This record gives sequence, C-alpha cells and structure tokens, in this order.
Amino acid sequence: MSMSASLSVSQSLKAWWHKLGSPRWFYEISGPWQRLFGVLALVLLVTGTVWGLAFAPQDYQQGNSFRIMYVHVPTAIVSQSVYMLMGAAGLVLLVWRMKLADMVLSAAVPFGMSMTACALFTGAVWGKPTWGAWWVWDARTTSMLVLLFLYFGLYALRQAIPREETAGRACAVLALVGTVNIPIIKYSVNWWLTLHQPASFTLTGAPSMPPSMWVPLLINVLGIYCLFAANLIGRLKLTILERERNTQWVRALVREVSA
Amino acid sequence: MSFHTLNDFLVMGGHGLYVWLAYLTTITVVVGNVLAVQMARRRYFRQARALERRLAGGTVADPGDQTGSPMKGKQ
Repeated sequence: MSMSASLSVSQSLKAWWHKLGSPRWFYEISGPWQRLFGVLALVLLVTGTVWGLAFAPQDYQQGNSFRIMYVHVPTAIVSQSVYMLMGAAGLVLLVWRMKLADMVLSAAVPFGMSMTACALFTGAVWGKPTWGAWWVWDARTTSMLVLLFLYFGLYALRQAIPREETAGRACAVLALVGTVNIPIIKYSVNWWLTLHQPASFTLTGAPSMPPSMWVPLLINVLGIYCLFAANLIGRLKLTILERERNTQWVRALVREVSA
Repeated sequence: MSFHTLNDFLVMGGHGLYVWLAYLTTITVVVGNVLAVQMARRRYFRQARALERRLAGGTVADPGDQTGSPMKGKQ
C-alpha cells in the first residue's frame, strides 16, 4: 500500500471514529437498525420459546423442568455480554472521552440488570425441582449475584453523582474493574466444584444435546441479543434526547414531531 | 408437540409451577423493558413539546441554543 493510500485510510478511519462519537449522527442513522433488530428479536424469541416450551423433547433425567433452560441460559449469557460491552464503553470513555460511550454505559444498565435478575430468579426456580433447593451458594450462582450487585452499583453511582462528567468517569472505572467478574462466572464451573453443568455451546465441540433440544436454545440466545441491540438503541436515543435537550437539532426535532 | 393434551402441557409432569413461573417472569421482564422505553420516549416528547409551546408563548426563559454535537462546526 502506498504512503498516501494508507494515510487516507487512516484519515477516513479517524473521521468514522469521530462520527461514531457524535450523538446526533447516531440518533439519525440508528432508527432502521432498531426496527431491524426489534423484528428479528420478536421472530426469534417467539419461535425459540414456543419450540422450547412445547415441542422440544423432555429431558430423560430432569423431565420438563429442563425447559427453564430456554429462558435461563439466554438471560444469563446476555447479562454478561451487556456487562462486557459496558466495560468496553468505559475504556473508550476513559481513553478517548467519547460522549456516546458514556451514554452506552448509562443506557445498557437497565437491560443488563433486569437480565441478571431474571437469570438468578429462573435459576432459583429451576434449582428447586432439580437440586432440591431454591438457593445454593455455588460458585456460578454467587458470581452472578456479584454481577447483579455491580449493576446496582453502576445504577446507584450514576444517581449519586450530580455532575454528569464525574458520574460518567466513576461509572466507567467501576464497569471496567467489574469485568474481572466475567471470566470468574464463565470458568466457575471448571475452577470450583459446582452444581452447574459445563457450557452447552462451544466453538470447537459438538453440543451434548440433540438438535431438537439445542436449536431452540440457540434461537433464543440469538433472539435475546437482537432484543438487547434494539433496546439499547432505543434507550440510547432517549439518553441522547435528554442530554442534548437544549441543542438546536433536538429542539427542531421536537417541533417537527409536534407539527 | 411434546404433549398430548392441554392439561399435560400445563402440568408438565409435575414441573408446571416451576416452568410457568420461570417463563412468565422472563416474558414480563422482556415486555417491561420494551414498554419502558416506549413510555419514556412518549413522556419525553410530551414534556419537550409543552416546553416548546411555553417558550413560543414567551412565558419561560429560553435555555439558549447550544450547538450540540462537536461535529457541527466541522461539517
């Protein structure tokens, strides 16, 4: 590659990076993506849930209680991915001071928190008929509880600090430090003796379940990621509107909508 | 279909309470997330419109026009 070509590539990359940090630009391009992910989420989640609930064969050991897997596993997986995204956003905020990264950090919290709570709740409901107890202090359950407290912390920290910029940086540090917990959740089943089973899906190995059982699970996992994408875009747009409420373009938008 | 009758489907071989509790909770949380955004968006536009109307009527002080995005000057 010639010198000038690589220079122009790096320039256009830089321009793209700057654009990405512009809340207005994001607000204007994200609508179709939100709809696309929303429709995909609806189709996937309805398919996966109906399939898992009514059509997947019952487990020879657990009977029908294993169907809880189709809501438990996707919510647990996505709650960790949301946290990783917040950690990444925190890093971007601390290094490049990108406004949009702080907005991602704030907009992703409600979805991640509710998914973590859901995973813990459905886990307890699944544990009762399977392990004989609602709650077991097993390594994975405990590290998921820590994840829930990290989400509470991020939410409370934002509420507690009135100055937006200071709150953003504090949340970024907490999000970044908290990512340490994610590998602990992931490998807890290998490191400690636990009641949880090892991963159902890996990139290299074949699933330990027949396709009639794992396909609906995969569909629901993909569906919940699409839901998160749509929900994050929706909340981000709202955060942008709130933080930029006094700008020309937001005020013009409000007048346009009311007209 | 893994079940022969509607009753089988509801009872789930004795696990019905657990399965339905888990599913209904998750569905409620998912739908709640979607509705929360829609309602907050509506509330925002209702309040912002009301403010714009009052500004047009001159009853409140204009917060001033700030240029929002840092790109604005460069574009």
